[in-house]
Amino acid sequence: MVNITINGKAISVKDGTTILQAARENGIIIPSLCYLKDINEVASCRVCVVEIKGNDRLATACNTVCMEGMDILTNSKRAIEARRNNVALILSQHDCHCPTCARNSNCSLQNLAGDMNLLDPIYEAKLPENDWDMSLPIIRTNSKCIQCLRCVNICDKIQGMQVWDLLGTGRRATVGVREGRKLGEVNCTYCGQCITHCPVGALRERDDTVRLMAAINDPDKVVVLQVAPAVRAAWGDGVGLPPEMATEKRMAAAFRALGVDYVFDTNFAADLTIMEEGNELIGRMADTSGKAKMPMFTSCCPGWVRFMKLEYPELVGHLSTAKSPQQMFGAVTKTYFAKKIGVDPKKIVCVSVMPCTAKKYESSVPELNDAGAGADVDIVLTTREIARLMRVKGINVFTLPEQEFDSPLGTGTGAAVIFGATGGVMEAALRTAYFVLEGKNPDPDAFKVVRGLNGRKEVTVTIAGIPVHACVASGLANARAVMEDIVSGRSKYDFIEIMACPGGCAGGGGQPITDGLELAGERGARLYDLDAKNKLRFSHENPSVRQIYAEFFRKPLSHKSHELLHTDQTQWTL
Amino acid sequence: MYINQQSAAQQKVDELYATIGRRRCAAPFGSCPVDLTASFVEMCLTQSCGKCVPCRVGLDRLHRQLERILDKKATQTDLETVQNCARAIYDSADCAIGFEAAKLVIDGLTAFRDDYESHVERGVCTEHFAAVPCVAGCPANVDIPGYIALIREGRYADAVRLIRKDNPFPAVCGLVCEHPCENHCRRQIVDDSINIRGLKRYAVERAGEVPAPACAPLNGKTVAVIGGGPAGLTAAYYLQLKGFEVTVFEKRPKLGGMLRYGIPSYRLPDEYLDRDIENILSTGIKVHYGVTIGKDISFSEVRSKFDSVFIAIGAQGAKELDCPGEDAQGVLYAVDLLASVGEGNLPDFTGKRVVVVGGGNVAMDAARTARRLGSSSVIVVYRRRIEDMTALPEEIEGAIAEGCDIIQLMAPVRIEVEDDKVVGFVMQPQIPGPIEDGRPLPVNAEAPEVTLPCDIVLIAIGQAIDSQHFQQSGVETRRSRIVADLGANVQGIPGVFAGGDCYFGPATVIRAIDAGKVAASNIDSYFGFNTPITSGVEVPPAYTQGKPAWGRVNMRERTAESRKVDFNMMEMCLTDEEAKLECSRCLRCDHYGYGAFRGGRKELW
Repeated sequence: MVNITINGKAISVKDGTTILQAARENGIIIPSLCYLKDINEVASCRVCVVEIKGNDRLATACNTVCMEGMDILTNSKRAIEARRNNVALILSQHDCHCPTCARNSNCSLQNLAGDMNLLDPIYEAKLPENDWDMSLPIIRTNSKCIQCLRCVNICDKIQGMQVWDLLGTGRRATVGVREGRKLGEVNCTYCGQCITHCPVGALRERDDTVRLMAAINDPDKVVVLQVAPAVRAAWGDGVGLPPEMATEKRMAAAFRALGVDYVFDTNFAADLTIMEEGNELIGRMADTSGKAKMPMFTSCCPGWVRFMKLEYPELVGHLSTAKSPQQMFGAVTKTYFAKKIGVDPKKIVCVSVMPCTAKKYESSVPELNDAGAGADVDIVLTTREIARLMRVKGINVFTLPEQEFDSPLGTGTGAAVIFGATGGVMEAALRTAYFVLEGKNPDPDAFKVVRGLNGRKEVTVTIAGIPVHACVASGLANARAVMEDIVSGRSKYDFIEIMACPGGCAGGGGQPITDGLELAGERGARLYDLDAKNKLRFSHENPSVRQIYAEFFRKPLSHKSHELLHTDQTQWTL
Repeated sequence: MYINQQSAAQQKVDELYATIGRRRCAAPFGSCPVDLTASFVEMCLTQSCGKCVPCRVGLDRLHRQLERILDKKATQTDLETVQNCARAIYDSADCAIGFEAAKLVIDGLTAFRDDYESHVERGVCTEHFAAVPCVAGCPANVDIPGYIALIREGRYADAVRLIRKDNPFPAVCGLVCEHPCENHCRRQIVDDSINIRGLKRYAVERAGEVPAPACAPLNGKTVAVIGGGPAGLTAAYYLQLKGFEVTVFEKRPKLGGMLRYGIPSYRLPDEYLDRDIENILSTGIKVHYGVTIGKDISFSEVRSKFDSVFIAIGAQGAKELDCPGEDAQGVLYAVDLLASVGEGNLPDFTGKRVVVVGGGNVAMDAARTARRLGSSSVIVVYRRRIEDMTALPEEIEGAIAEGCDIIQLMAPVRIEVEDDKVVGFVMQPQIPGPIEDGRPLPVNAEAPEVTLPCDIVLIAIGQAIDSQHFQQSGVETRRSRIVADLGANVQGIPGVFAGGDCYFGPATVIRAIDAGKVAASNIDSYFGFNTPITSGVEVPPAYTQGKPAWGRVNMRERTAESRKVDFNMMEMCLTDEEAKLECSRCLRCDHYGYGAFRGGRKELW
């Protein structure tokens, strides 16, 4: 333990504690901006400066470790003056047109500037110029960047992709794509983790809400909306609704209030995915011809699939041929469902609400569009965009009565809803694989060992006497480690589930942002809670899935399934 | 009339320029050369009196043009404009303030063309900012802020462990490293660099015996290291730690190479060298002493018996003066004299008048050794000026303090011989000529030859590499240097690596250590192992950026009078008080500044 004094208060903290941690543990406020625990402790903004008595200069609380006897003043004249000056300097380089910013009222700089009471600008603003391809799923606005370096470090340390870097030196130093390249040249997976860790509005998703508005307002169009599993765990955060009110059914009502024609659930397609992918896995494991690539990798996460195609093209044959639930849903909507309601599929606008920025890119991949009526999924909105759209439409979610999803594509099981958390696809697949191989259902919670936020989990489960070596990883740095182990032969698995974002889609790059908080765990727990409460826990028990097989696909891996629900991963590159 | 007196403002301006000088010394690695050029031109403009067009207007336009490049607004045409504008200013400016500013721009357009192009094409330069200046300045990238922090805490053994992660010669380097790290120390911006070498020696003296870490399990591969100098032993040490079975072939009776047979013991006593070598050998390295490759065993045989070979034969031969009388009695080559002294054979120079030819560190070592062997006079003769000598300033000062004279600007003509014995050294006076590569060329002065009466001539004009046998065995050489790539791979012979003096010519011990590290790392990855080398030491956190401007503690030596008569170590270790002070001056660039962002510490390699 180390004994220190903060603002005259004697405090005892563990060895290695920083001044900022010590202060926060003791209810003392030291403002910070660039700091992100364990990820970005670079002390670039110099906002958390404090005075240590006896030291000639101020110290940054975020990365200065408490030493025995330190006498710290967090609010001395010098500390406050330097802190205010630094915030004023940041503002002089920041596009402060807050009303038109995606992070208006959810911005750490805005809050901080307010706290610093900087009413009269000290410095003349000089904004850097913007130069960005606005058609990309990820939009970077240079004039809003405060060079905190969080995006650089999240991409380096958690995703291991090194997309961003501090470019140039001196007054021209700025964050940009590594080596001054274009985003499309550096294997960016569009995971969006840089967005969710940006304290300001320098990074955001491409806004597609206007396109949805146009579709809703077009009387010729039938707008069909699907909502991804993880969105229901986070949508309330985007509209300020407490978790107990932010129910699935209220979400369905809110989406309907936007004016769309059908509110469906991607969970339906997730169950369909399990039927296809689960049977594919069983087939691959039973294959004795040596043609089947093992281990099999899940393919629902577009960031991960992009990662594979860009970084490990020689391993793409291991990816499941099953399309992601989003794309399966689109293909089904513009074929099966269009026929069912007797509408020309070209008139259908298929919209998805996703916790994800990479899904915007996925919907645009030509090889994933098979229904023959334009894009299978026309518009992809993130959880954040749909929240903004609700505010545009003035929807009072607090007074909105709950409503059911539409039928038939609005039915999903508990196995589908956990797709939104790391380990969920694996668990859902194992539940159904057990049923297929054993001829009976397991305890629905039999495979819960694959749950949890650990970035890499390895388990072996035995089904019908066959050991299944499974690996679950989230975060692309972890994914890379798994791939390296496979390439080098260090690890042998049968089935691997990877999600690009830490914690899975619950922590997705398209989810509402609360600066400084990692919410994947909390949101994931909500999904497991929904699973536990669902009467249907197995994908093969989804009545709508049974119906679509009876009426349309006949059976999993049928010719029609291959046509609409699968893609030959080896046949297309980026 | 009034007495000329410097105004207070002028005094401050002079101080400002002095600060700029210190900043220049502490320039970080990887700052943008184009940006620096732009700032330089702008500073030159402040020196312009404003009388003439090329300087007053031209430098300003040149500066703006450079800014355009930096602001990503330039095209290839702008680069041409810069070139043409600078050329016109150089040709037509009235005084050096203008034309020298332009010359720097012109030179830079060639020297860092890539950076200019990169700015135009992608808006960034090709440089990468280095996190920690001293670490980047050290060829072996030793974790300097780390071990200084450990010394500060009194964890001397850990400091030695941390040094040994990158350099297995802490005792040697504590005494004789040329410390390029100090040249880049950021502390120079405040006052002066940290006495890094002094602190390293202090840590070694305080640490006591520090055992080497355990070796990784044997990986089944064998490596032959040819030459037991700093490069060879460094490679051997790390390879053995990584799990290889290493055998060193050493032609002399003892290990150490030029450390033992080139550096006099008053600078590097044997016990310090032996301390490092004992630690290196404790890892289980096998050594064959007295074996010369090409005589006792051929290179091809060595190659066939081992999975990999590292050639590190050094540059231990002497370069000849090539002038009449060189074969007379009394003419000696400095490297041979130093080797003989290193072996313990001390010739008697009592009463002899000695002339030393050359201006490098070996010349100084030879002169100071001759002094200690009882000579009546020692005169160093150099064809350039003293300030052009390649010897370290402190070596030159030490030699002078010990009573060696230096005659500058004298080129050797012939050695006068009587009865086959040296009686004099004939020299042609020189005058400084045009500057080439930063030093003026010496040219013959319009003055008659001068003869120095003497009994012994010590030739110290360079070292030669004995690489003939390797060349005959198929290893490519160029001007007797062994040709390899920057990864130490000998081209065309897979599994054979080369490094150290035999590769880059006579250089410093720390560069040889780096060469050994590179070879060890690349031999390891050649076999696909990539076994990491770590220290297992955790560096204490930084909590202060060090004292305000404060004097640097320099090394102290025994008095010239007392030291010039023996071969005992002349340098004294820092006291506890001095070491503590030096540690507290460290700015901890591993934690502050760019180090906090791009990692101030490489835990393993």
